Amino acid sequence: MDLTYIIVTLVKLIIVFSVLMTTLAYLQWIERKVIAHIQLRPGPYRVGPHGLLQPLADVIKLITKEGMIPSHVNKLIYILAPFLAVTLALVNICVIPFGPEIHLDVLGHQINTWLQMTDLRIGVVFVLAMSAVGVYGVALAGWSSNNKYSLLGGLRSSAQMISYELPMALAIACPLLLANTLSFREIVESQSGYFFGFIPRWMIFQAFPLQIIAFIVFIIASFAETNRIPFDLPEAENELVAGFHTEYSSMNFASFFMAEYCNMVTVTCVSTVLFLGGWEPLFPAPWSDYAAPAIFGLAGLVSLWAGLNPARPKDRFTFPVVALASFGLAALFLAGEFVFPVINVIAMPLFWFCGKTLALLFVWIWVRGTLPRFRYDQLMKFAWTFMFPLGMVVMLATAAVVAVFPR
Amino acid sequence: MAPSYAVPLNWYLILSAILFCLGIAGFLYRRNIITVFMSIELMLNAVNLSFITFSYKWRAVDGNIFAFFVMVVAAAEAAVGLAIILTVFKNRRTLEIDEISSMKD
Amino acid sequence: MDIALFIIFAVIALLCGINLVVQTHPISSALSLIGVMGALAVLYLLLGAEFLAAAQMIVYAGAIMVLFIFVIMLLNAGAERVTKTRQLVKIAGVPLIAVFLGIVAFVIQAQLPRSQLVWFGGFSGGGPRDIGIPLFTRYLLPFEVTSVLILIAIIGAIVLGKKEMD
Repeated sequence: MDLTYIIVTLVKLIIVFSVLMTTLAYLQWIERKVIAHIQLRPGPYRVGPHGLLQPLADVIKLITKEGMIPSHVNKLIYILAPFLAVTLALVNICVIPFGPEIHLDVLGHQINTWLQMTDLRIGVVFVLAMSAVGVYGVALAGWSSNNKYSLLGGLRSSAQMISYELPMALAIACPLLLANTLSFREIVESQSGYFFGFIPRWMIFQAFPLQIIAFIVFIIASFAETNRIPFDLPEAENELVAGFHTEYSSMNFASFFMAEYCNMVTVTCVSTVLFLGGWEPLFPAPWSDYAAPAIFGLAGLVSLWAGLNPARPKDRFTFPVVALASFGLAALFLAGEFVFPVINVIAMPLFWFCGKTLALLFVWIWVRGTLPRFRYDQLMKFAWTFMFPLGMVVMLATAAVVAVFPR
Repeated sequence: MAPSYAVPLNWYLILSAILFCLGIAGFLYRRNIITVFMSIELMLNAVNLSFITFSYKWRAVDGNIFAFFVMVVAAAEAAVGLAIILTVFKNRRTLEIDEISSMKD
Repeated sequence: MDIALFIIFAVIALLCGINLVVQTHPISSALSLIGVMGALAVLYLLLGAEFLAAAQMIVYAGAIMVLFIFVIMLLNAGAERVTKTRQLVKIAGVPLIAVFLGIVAFVIQAQLPRSQLVWFGGFSGGGPRDIGIPLFTRYLLPFEVTSVLILIAIIGAIVLGKKEMD
């Protein structure tokens, strides 16, 4: 427990939590914009350029709103429930690896550290445990509100969450069988390398069609675990008077909201690490380093074009700024490639990890804008008669593959 | 070999004994069936703590495995016990163990 | 550091245990039991049983207690009424339990010398591989028997919970 270790861990903590909080706030912005564009409307547009200050306005509104505790609620549990939901959702981010081991030389001290806050030998089971206990935030919120709609919403939501925990655990067991370890770091390490020289050894490409089915089972189960559309009947506004968070206002409601987005981010990070290879790049080494500047350069060109043919008068000023920022990032990655290798050592794995996670988050938001929601009995029948047998079959097939072809 | 901030093993066992006695007290004194059942779960947890403490003492993993089996048996027992409680409630409309006494004498 | 963690979580476990026995409403008792399980999970971590700690949270606190809370919410069990008929039993019973506890504590103190110490990192055989290998080799028969036991429990619960077909 020397001082370097403590300081490095504190720095990692500050960086991870500030990035996570900013991501949660701006994830809401991204979601509103993407759903708006799916529905052919501009979305938040007025508060700041392209609505970028909208999350700030929402936070100010939620903080300054009158926080009212209704009189007939069970006060201790009423206050405890959102707190529990948020805490459990935030703790999950501690065990997720964002990058490989980096060796830095800061002020004369050699620092060798992984881009991960801590690696547990039981990392995957820890994430499952946190999501199992997260059911209480919802169930207790529904119970303590002393309101029959909240109680029904809370019970339905927690029954849905525990029903879908089973297919999720079975789907998680498939990459664990192939990687033979429960620690996230080693799972990502077992996904390094390439098949035939150019197909990356991500978990979805190992044991060929089985892991893709396991990935799909995991994604569907995690939609249900985090109460997102198409499984959000218990908290839909036009179904159950907003379900279990009916009686909550201002900061408590914001806590549930934040817990839902944080769960979403955590689950996409976990699926990136387990199935999509974590920080491993998509193609082999020399060319994968050019992917980042290429993508940012392309984004810059598209923004420049959108600025030169503006759809609305304000775009003539805002899009060129975005283009400038993109070109700046592309230049940063090129500088990292040729001039300062230390930037690339930290930034490239982070680029791939964040790219995959953001792509998955885009798929989640896309599904929200596209699919209708399940009715409750259809949802439960789907879990028990389709997802659970499918998860079991995939796990047994993967186990058979591991038994027949020893590694 | 042991660092100075280590905890004596006895403390864990005494904590396990106190929790077990609290479970006995709850089991004997409470009148709501569900609370009685939860006291049984408290007793099982106390026993688990004992098992894992002894697993540490002998540096063997068998205590952990036995605690795992206790957990599994507790899960099965909870499922069936709660189903029985629901059936009793459906038929007797009460959850107090003193009033479910129609088979007495 | 270990002593501080042990004392904090042992006190939490004791307070939640006492709360379980003392509270009248079943849902407060259920939440106290969840508190006990969480505190015990941390104590298992201190004793090196990390897989058991995670399994405790998933199985006990995440599944069994959720079942309890569902049943309490669905049955809408109210707070217990206080009656006078059992006061004598209560007054006679507490010293007996205290005597039992005293005997157990004395036996523990006599049998285990004070020099047995627990520190975090003292036992590293509680990881998933160390539990998995004996579970599937030496303890394979109990493992398969418990799977049959769970199957029986599932069938029993479904049969008891079904509505009567008339």
